[in-house]
Amino acid sequence: MSADTAAEHAEDHAHEHPSDGKYIQIAIILGVITAAEVATYFVDIGAALIPTLMIMMVVKFFFVAAWFMHLRFDSSMFTTFFVSGLVLATLVYILFLTLFEFWTKG
Amino acid sequence: MSEAATDHGHGTTTGLSHNKLAMWVFLGSECLLFGALISTYLLYRNKFADGPAPGDIFDIPFTSVSSFVLLMSSLTMVLALSALQRGDIRNNRIWLLTTALLGALFIGGQVYEFTTFLREGLGYTTSPFSSAFFSLTGFHGIHVSLGIVMLMSLLISSLRGNLKKENAETVEIVGLYWHFVDVVWIFIFTVIYLVPSPTT
Repeated sequence: MSADTAAEHAEDHAHEHPSDGKYIQIAIILGVITAAEVATYFVDIGAALIPTLMIMMVVKFFFVAAWFMHLRFDSSMFTTFFVSGLVLATLVYILFLTLFEFWTKG
Repeated sequence: MSEAATDHGHGTTTGLSHNKLAMWVFLGSECLLFGALISTYLLYRNKFADGPAPGDIFDIPFTSVSSFVLLMSSLTMVLALSALQRGDIRNNRIWLLTTALLGALFIGGQVYEFTTFLREGLGYTTSPFSSAFFSLTGFHGIHVSLGIVMLMSLLISSLRGNLKKENAETVEIVGLYWHFVDVVWIFIFTVIYLVPSPTT
């Protein structure tokens, strides 16, 4: 990609930030998900607890990263750098926990 | 090259702001730091020796309120940026201050939690669990505190008349750091507090 094209591309995405109303809407969604997470502490949902918590955690992460951190609107290069660190960390520590028999012995 | 052009990355080979790119690379590396601390906690959560176990001392309703406070500070941070991008200096200052206050409230909650745990016999060296817990949440607390310092610096800069619409990227970069700290807490709150913990 030439420098000019890259600059236009970045420019196109840098100014598409959402309105305050949209940010408030996202915050309400995040608040509702947090309330649902906390509810699992008081209501027994059995074996579904951990998968449910993990899904809600990932959804909250997605909303904050995509909307508040503007990854949805900015250059994909920012996403690449951040996700690279995240994926590297996840793989390294899954291996680390496997090495210490975390999955079998807890 | 003008300062504004540098800020928005118009003069860079990628067309992207180097400052913003550097912050994203830094945040990517921070994933490794917090990954290490979370993994260590997971390994040691069952090793509480003669001290209190996590399931005995965690106060989920209290931590839930703290988590909600930090989550809402992400909203006020993004509203501060939005205000500056519109050239609304007054609202930018209000939201920056609100974000810093919400961060301080979260830190106050953490200090209260730590002192409560100490009174209940859980010190830093009580057990492998306590060391891992205080290291993880303490490192996060230091990050929030540094974020508050950055927010107050922005506010002082604004009050001196040095923070204008053209400097919105500076607020955006501090905002990225602040949202990252929030994202890390989303992980900590779920994995450390909400996933059922062992009891004595």
